[in-house]
Amino acid sequence: MKNLIRKLTEVFGPSGLEDEIRRVIKREITGYVSSVKKDPLGNLIAHIKGKGKRIMLAAHMDEIGVVTSFIDKNGFIRFSNVGGFFPIHSLTARILFENGVVGVIGEERRKSMTDPIEMRKLYIDIGAKNRKEAEKLVPVGTFGSYQREFKDLGKRVVAKALDDRIGCAVLVEVIKKLKVKPKFDTYIVFTVQEEVGLKGATTSAFGVDPELAIAVDVTRTGDTPEASKMAVKLGGGAAIKVKDRGIVCSPAIVKKLKNVALKHKIPYQLEILERGTTDATSIQLTKGGVPSGAVSIPSRYIHSSSEMVDINDVEACIKLILKFLKTDFT
Amino acid sequence: MLLEKLSNLDGASGDEAEVRNFIKGKVKNYVTNIEVDPFGNLICFKKGRKKSPIIIIDAHMDEVGFMITGKRQDGTLTFSKVGGINTSVVIAKTLRIGRKKIRGVVGIKPVHLLEKEERKKVPTLKELYIDVGAKSDKELKDIEIGDFAYFDTDFERLSNNVIKGKAFDDRVGCSLLIDIARKEFNFPLYTVFSTQEEIGLRGARVIGNRINADYAIILEGTGAGDFPSRKENARVPFLGKGPTLTVMDRSMIADRELLEIIINIAKREKISYQLKQPGIGGTDAGRIQVSQRGVKCSVIAVPARYIHSPVSLMNTKDYRDTFKLVMAVLRHLGRGR
Repeated sequence: MKNLIRKLTEVFGPSGLEDEIRRVIKREITGYVSSVKKDPLGNLIAHIKGKGKRIMLAAHMDEIGVVTSFIDKNGFIRFSNVGGFFPIHSLTARILFENGVVGVIGEERRKSMTDPIEMRKLYIDIGAKNRKEAEKLVPVGTFGSYQREFKDLGKRVVAKALDDRIGCAVLVEVIKKLKVKPKFDTYIVFTVQEEVGLKGATTSAFGVDPELAIAVDVTRTGDTPEASKMAVKLGGGAAIKVKDRGIVCSPAIVKKLKNVALKHKIPYQLEILERGTTDATSIQLTKGGVPSGAVSIPSRYIHSSSEMVDINDVEACIKLILKFLKTDFT
Repeated sequence: MLLEKLSNLDGASGDEAEVRNFIKGKVKNYVTNIEVDPFGNLICFKKGRKKSPIIIIDAHMDEVGFMITGKRQDGTLTFSKVGGINTSVVIAKTLRIGRKKIRGVVGIKPVHLLEKEERKKVPTLKELYIDVGAKSDKELKDIEIGDFAYFDTDFERLSNNVIKGKAFDDRVGCSLLIDIARKEFNFPLYTVFSTQEEIGLRGARVIGNRINADYAIILEGTGAGDFPSRKENARVPFLGKGPTLTVMDRSMIADRELLEIIINIAKREKISYQLKQPGIGGTDAGRIQVSQRGVKCSVIAVPARYIHSPVSLMNTKDYRDTFKLVMAVLRHLGRGR
């Protein structure tokens, strides 16, 4: 499990540039599914044939990142955010660009330490001496994301891009462990461009045309010092989403997930997320409407280069989805 | 130049009929089928010899403008904005109102009468009003609440290359699109003139439902950043430096493969191009890209200075280069893989 998480999180793949992560996931699941294909936006759609309702499970492959926007005469690079890239997490972090070049995020002099950290005052230093040298290495329009290695802390792991490679890992494991035919005609979709507006989920759901859907993504926790109030804890089990900023989950799906967890003694917690949303929000509004829900992996420090999850929670999410797929749903 | 007529026409979001009728007349003899969808989008179809690829080229007909919200007893009019306009460009301008194009001005006290504090700040839109020279609301019979109003700007040529007008965003796209609709292609081409882009890409929402396309190219008039006062890092795109391509904006990340095709064609054809500052603005591409199973999208824009104001400037060389680039891209895509 940890090896898979390491493999998936260390791959480069900000929104729009999911080629590499898609290849890695495809290699992992080939042989375990009835078919696998790529749609026009780049979503990876795996199909496991079954007799019941058509279900779509979705986890997004993309991570937050940056895109270069301007290079000054001294070779310093200005950039724009790709998705929810937080300036405060980014100071002196390393950025890996699509072509392998690495740079450090620097900041213009701040007049006072209490001034806000602003995106437009940040730059990336790739060690270039001037514009010409920098332009050759990182032209305007180059995408990048945090560079950070995976770290195993025992029960917990730290890595960049756990949002949402951990969701991808959960679904890869579900595919590998399913073995018997599911009670659903199952489509497992690894989506693109979630971080910039749930784009991949929108188009893949149109193609799959599911009768119900479950997204698998990270959620925040309320268990760190002076954290904002939230009942989700790291290590507290799989989080069954009830509501977030974009969706009120289908009560039938929430209830079913709860019952499956209770029946199989899978630790779970109910999630109400005040900020943020996930692929389920756009899947829900596809065509005539799709009852949708989400299983979330609790995570600390989301959208930083050091996100943290608990392996027991990850295992609980895998088990919950596996058991769900093996339970009748009417 | 068609752009001159297009720029002088009035068509804010929801009020595109005048522009649509003009365009219809210009393209109807060159296309296989022409229809206006329930949302007001003008969808022209040109059948090709081949069945694929199916390509959409889109430009929006609407511009930013104003709407009359009330008549006051003293004969003045209250109004609101339709689309994004900086209030400071509205003050002391002549506007034309409704289909009868009644002239009025956005009045402001002369400097003599301004209090010291008033001189320092820009009034809010609520404090502004339109004065058509009426003595009372009884003289406002030809104006209705809900009428649209427009900057009363006439197109003119400032120099050999530079033209001035309103609504270059996106009549320049419409003008290019008319030129393109009059050419022949060997694949199915939809030239689409969309509505209500300026108030949230609304027309484009339904375009992708109707047309199941392989590619979409959105033609825009995009804001140039080459003001003398700007910091060096915010000045792209420049007037006169060629068509502007989008890597990422607030509405979408452009398809990488398509963007690279366009850049390579520009290089091959020796057309100078520029990359728009990532992360700014949004276009119809944001909606079309996520329609049905997804559409590979790109934006090609002509830079225009001072957009969303009465005095946009544009370089005609950029227009010609953009046309050349778009045509080369279409021919390339039409050949298939």
